[in-house]
Amino acid sequence: MDLNIYDFTSFTKWVDTALNSVMSPGWTMLVELVIVGIVFIAAYAVIGLYLVLAERKVCAIIQNRQGPNRVGPFGLFQTIADLFKLLGKELISIKNADQFLFNLAPFILIIASFMAIAALPFAKGLHAIDLNIGIFYMFAVSSLGVIGILLAGWSSNSKYSLIGAIRSGAQVVSYELSVGLALLSVVIFSGSMQLSTIVESQANGWWIIKGHIPALIAFIIFLIAGTAETNRGPFDLAEAESELTAGFHTEYSGIKFAFFFLAEYMNMFIVAAIASTVFLGGWMPFHLGGFESLNHVMDFIPPVIWFFGKTAFVIFIMMWIKWTFPRLRIDQLLKLEWKYLLPLNLMNIVLIAFIVLMGWYIK
Amino acid sequence: MNSEYLILFFLLGVILVGGAILFSMFTAPTSKNSAKAEPYECGIPVKSDAWIQFNVGYYLFAIIYLVFDVETVFIFPWGVVMRDMGITAFIEILIFFFILVLGLLYAWKKGALKWV
Repeated sequence: MDLNIYDFTSFTKWVDTALNSVMSPGWTMLVELVIVGIVFIAAYAVIGLYLVLAERKVCAIIQNRQGPNRVGPFGLFQTIADLFKLLGKELISIKNADQFLFNLAPFILIIASFMAIAALPFAKGLHAIDLNIGIFYMFAVSSLGVIGILLAGWSSNSKYSLIGAIRSGAQVVSYELSVGLALLSVVIFSGSMQLSTIVESQANGWWIIKGHIPALIAFIIFLIAGTAETNRGPFDLAEAESELTAGFHTEYSGIKFAFFFLAEYMNMFIVAAIASTVFLGGWMPFHLGGFESLNHVMDFIPPVIWFFGKTAFVIFIMMWIKWTFPRLRIDQLLKLEWKYLLPLNLMNIVLIAFIVLMGWYIK
Repeated sequence: MNSEYLILFFLLGVILVGGAILFSMFTAPTSKNSAKAEPYECGIPVKSDAWIQFNVGYYLFAIIYLVFDVETVFIFPWGVVMRDMGITAFIEILIFFFILVLGLLYAWKKGALKWV
């Protein structure tokens, strides 16, 4: 067995052949599915729980406080304690609510985020699914979550929930356009929708560097639209605490509420992971074409660390935005998208097409 | 090989949520209380259903969105071949965007983008 932390391709092949040598192909597939499933469920839970803690810590730093610091060293076990508390809380069923849809909503949210996380390349040869339409798939699946939000808000039979849900629906569909067009810019540059190919194409510099001005514009638009699509930050109208109590999940209690919370943080992780994969090179170390010694030094840091480091960086920016800016109104929110971001994005696409046509980018 | 992984990740979501809710149903305390089952409305008694009419503005944006969403489906394959096709693809996208922007400008002029 050769576990190489720089390239997982041989490791996964080794696991596959080792399993194939002891059992039939059908069982091998089943065992592999179970292994992948356990790994992803564990990763999902750990990432989700620690993002909640990270947000509370970042918020505390920005507001000049301590943040959670009682449970475990630096409050590291705070969110785990919270999870067990929520598991032990009563699941209240609301009178007159549409019970079936009410219970279905958390399933849809969590399934959407699981499907999206499946296509992420964490390191070389370390991804569950490598679709040739990877970006398109991520874009499609990550926007399914809004159905869960709409169902949750509508089925609760509470006015706050309904207002939160329809706001969220209008917001997510609007900002989805900007997300798609911003991702399209890198599709034009790299000429592929497969995430692994896009990462490989950044071996001599990340797209944000190689694509210079238009790529930078696309990245900023993606950050804004991604923040809006996950109902976070200055765009959290769907759950505006000060006016709608909790918006679409007002009526949820106990572990069902926890899943809405978890899904929000996982969606943030997914957006940050897409941003880092597409614009910041994913697991690709910091490379510059022509600087061989620099590239060689950077290669010593394992790709997994690069991937999670960049993702953490983007997540930090999103948290920073959330705790710095005041909340927008719904008309300001829609105006920002339809009158500023969308025309800017369309112009940016034409600019990119022109730059690619003339070859004015680093190949 | 991909399709079974798609089903797997679908099932992972079902297992995680279903398992946790089942666990919670058996461990968490329950108590019947008619006031508790009411939807939250600042503590005052609930007036009527929440399934009511709401602002038509949301529908307008959803309709305009539909146009641009279909456009996205067309434009992604274009993005993939843009580099290889060169000038033909560039002119095509200019014509396509011209028509698209015309639609957006029409909606803008008609006041569909204004929140009322």
